[in-house]
Amino acid sequence: MSLDLVGLGIRHPDGNALIDDLNLSVAPGTVTTLTGPSGVGKSTLLNAVGGHLEAGFRLRGRVVLNGRDITDLPAERRDIGVMFQQAVMFPHLSVADNLAFGLSPKLRGRGARKAAVAKALDLAGLAGLGDRDPATLSGGQRARVALMRTMLARPRAVLLDEPFSALDPERRHEIREFVMATIRRSGIPALLVTHDRQDADAAGGPVIALT
Amino acid sequence: MAAPLHKVRSLRGLGGTLVALLILLPVLFGLGHSVMAGFGHLPVLGVKGPSLSPWQTLLAQPGLWRSVILSLWTGMAATVLSLILAFGAIAALQGHAPRLRRVLAPLLAVPHAALAIGLAFVIAPSGWIARLLAPALDWSRPPDVATLGDPWGLALILGLILKETPFLIAILLAASSQIPLRAQMAAARALGYGRAAVWLWLLVPQLVRLIRLPVLVVLAFSVSVVDMALILGPSNPPTLSVTVSRLFTDPDLHAMLPASAGALMQLGLTALAAAILWAAMRLAGWCGRAILRRGARWQGLDRALAAPVAMLALLLVLAGLAAVTLAVWSIAFSWRWPDLWPDRLSLATWQRQSAWLPAAQTALWIALAATAIAMLLAVLWLEGSDRADRPGLQGWMRAAVALPLVLPQLSILIGLSGLLLRADLSPMAAVIWGHVLFVFPYLVIALAGAWAALDPQLTRTAASLGVGPWGRLWRVKLPVLIAPLSLAAALGFAVSIAQYLPTLFLGGGRVATLTTEAVALSSGSDRRVAAVHATLQAGLPWLIYLAALILPAFLHRDRRALKGEPG
Repeated sequence: MSLDLVGLGIRHPDGNALIDDLNLSVAPGTVTTLTGPSGVGKSTLLNAVGGHLEAGFRLRGRVVLNGRDITDLPAERRDIGVMFQQAVMFPHLSVADNLAFGLSPKLRGRGARKAAVAKALDLAGLAGLGDRDPATLSGGQRARVALMRTMLARPRAVLLDEPFSALDPERRHEIREFVMATIRRSGIPALLVTHDRQDADAAGGPVIALT
Repeated sequence: MAAPLHKVRSLRGLGGTLVALLILLPVLFGLGHSVMAGFGHLPVLGVKGPSLSPWQTLLAQPGLWRSVILSLWTGMAATVLSLILAFGAIAALQGHAPRLRRVLAPLLAVPHAALAIGLAFVIAPSGWIARLLAPALDWSRPPDVATLGDPWGLALILGLILKETPFLIAILLAASSQIPLRAQMAAARALGYGRAAVWLWLLVPQLVRLIRLPVLVVLAFSVSVVDMALILGPSNPPTLSVTVSRLFTDPDLHAMLPASAGALMQLGLTALAAAILWAAMRLAGWCGRAILRRGARWQGLDRALAAPVAMLALLLVLAGLAAVTLAVWSIAFSWRWPDLWPDRLSLATWQRQSAWLPAAQTALWIALAATAIAMLLAVLWLEGSDRADRPGLQGWMRAAVALPLVLPQLSILIGLSGLLLRADLSPMAAVIWGHVLFVFPYLVIALAGAWAALDPQLTRTAASLGVGPWGRLWRVKLPVLIAPLSLAAALGFAVSIAQYLPTLFLGGGRVATLTTEAVALSSGSDRRVAAVHATLQAGLPWLIYLAALILPAFLHRDRRALKGEPG
């Protein structure tokens, strides 16, 4: 049960090789950190793993999740959750509906689904804020909602694309601990891309520097 | 500094004054006149009210209630289907926006009447489609099927969809650049949703809020259209708009009374259609959120996206056939059933210039005059709002400018023509003014974006170099905005060429343009003359659009910063 990148190589549409022959195995319940200078292709690598690579990029090698080759699957069939640098909130839905949108369809029954959403709000420290317009939330609150929404979809792996860099420094520590604890508890592999040394320390897993 | 400051102030007030004088007052006076005449008060004809007899006359028209239902059904079906098709098309073809825009541009410029006539020639029992099927089905004569003017108004609905879908797609393409579409798409796909589901649950609800005004314009147009309904719609009874416009053009001036009541009824019907659509959308949104809360991923739905693409392709083929068939009929000498091509071609119809040249000249002059006047007013208005530090369309002015487009033309014009009974205005001047009324809103809406997007540093720099406000407008803003200005002018020209009711009603039947002639000829026996008019009607706006694309490109051929996407 792990996320494995086997001989992964990515070529930019202009022909430059971004990543060349990367081999990596992320164990369940751990967070592997990728660091490196801007433009080295960290985010592109996450896009490749999550299935969000833009047209024109060329991919070699395999992405294997829990023994299943998912390289050629579209993003929605990979069971891989993503936290983006800017937490994407769907602005026409309430906070609770943003979470309900993420909640896996395998959980059935109106009451059970409502309870799951309420519990997620509670875990994120946002109990009672379900009816709020997401635009009224602070950056830290949005990040927590985005993480809960990702986890409610019951992903088999999570990708974190600098999810803390847009938060103000006072709140960053707290949110980071919350995210890492949530992922460890869920027992799934996670890949983190960051510039920040402290992010890598908090992740606690192996750190790979891309050059 | 006293004098220039005073001047600047006077222009500030100009925008509001212009909108009030040009749009609000005529529309309100026109509607007021309809209310009075509709309730039997028309002193010009010596009739004093109030009385309900105009309504009684109106309701006594044969098949009136069926006409009402037909108008509501055709207008709403066309609007809803166009909207679904437009959403489906951009959901499936998202990422191909520039190509989609290029393919649809020619359709956007074609006047409704020309498209309707071309479509009629294609789908008529003796049209191209029947001729294609004839050998296989062994038809020795055109089949006895009511493909045109069918009692359900299906041909009319098809014609409206053909014209409104490209318009809505263009509107949606512009609106979708206002939401972070890619980020939302990626976030939702990472949660396990397919593309079609992302559109259904996330993007459509957000976009619908942004396009309410254009949808209302399409709905008001479709429920009250006259020219397309005359060509493609049912005739016994026709739609309400056709019934009312027939009453209005009755030689007996007293028919103005029931026609005014009809104008009010048409207004009420449009309001009812808008209310039904609004309620249906609320209901759809409510059901949508209920399904969304169940977390339905609907990944298989992506395959259904092929359907709107196929439908759009079919519509484009139909539109292409319609355009070609107009051109072919205009040069056909004899074209026997079931031949696919005329056996003799001839330019005879074109050479009989007396048949089409006067109408073409009249249409050209009206379009040029109306576009020039509307353009002058639009520039003054936008410049006025700039100087008042209220750039773009805001508040009550936004609603006021759109008023002529969201109210049924029929309702506005019947009142206005009634008012003009008293005024001593030449038919030509009245027609040009009527065209300005409908061209001006389009110009303001088309130019507002470009005007607001203009880099304020440009004018500030010019001001710091000592250039006054008029110099900044004339020497900086207008030259930089030449591309959007030319495209807006071409749009205004196309809108004017396409006008049917303002020409017919305000001209009192004495002003004949390509559009009025084409509509009148479409029911006649000589398809060739009708085809010549319709071809010219479609061809003139195309030529002007071409010129509008070439002119700025030529003027700015050495200016790379001005070569961006025009508009």
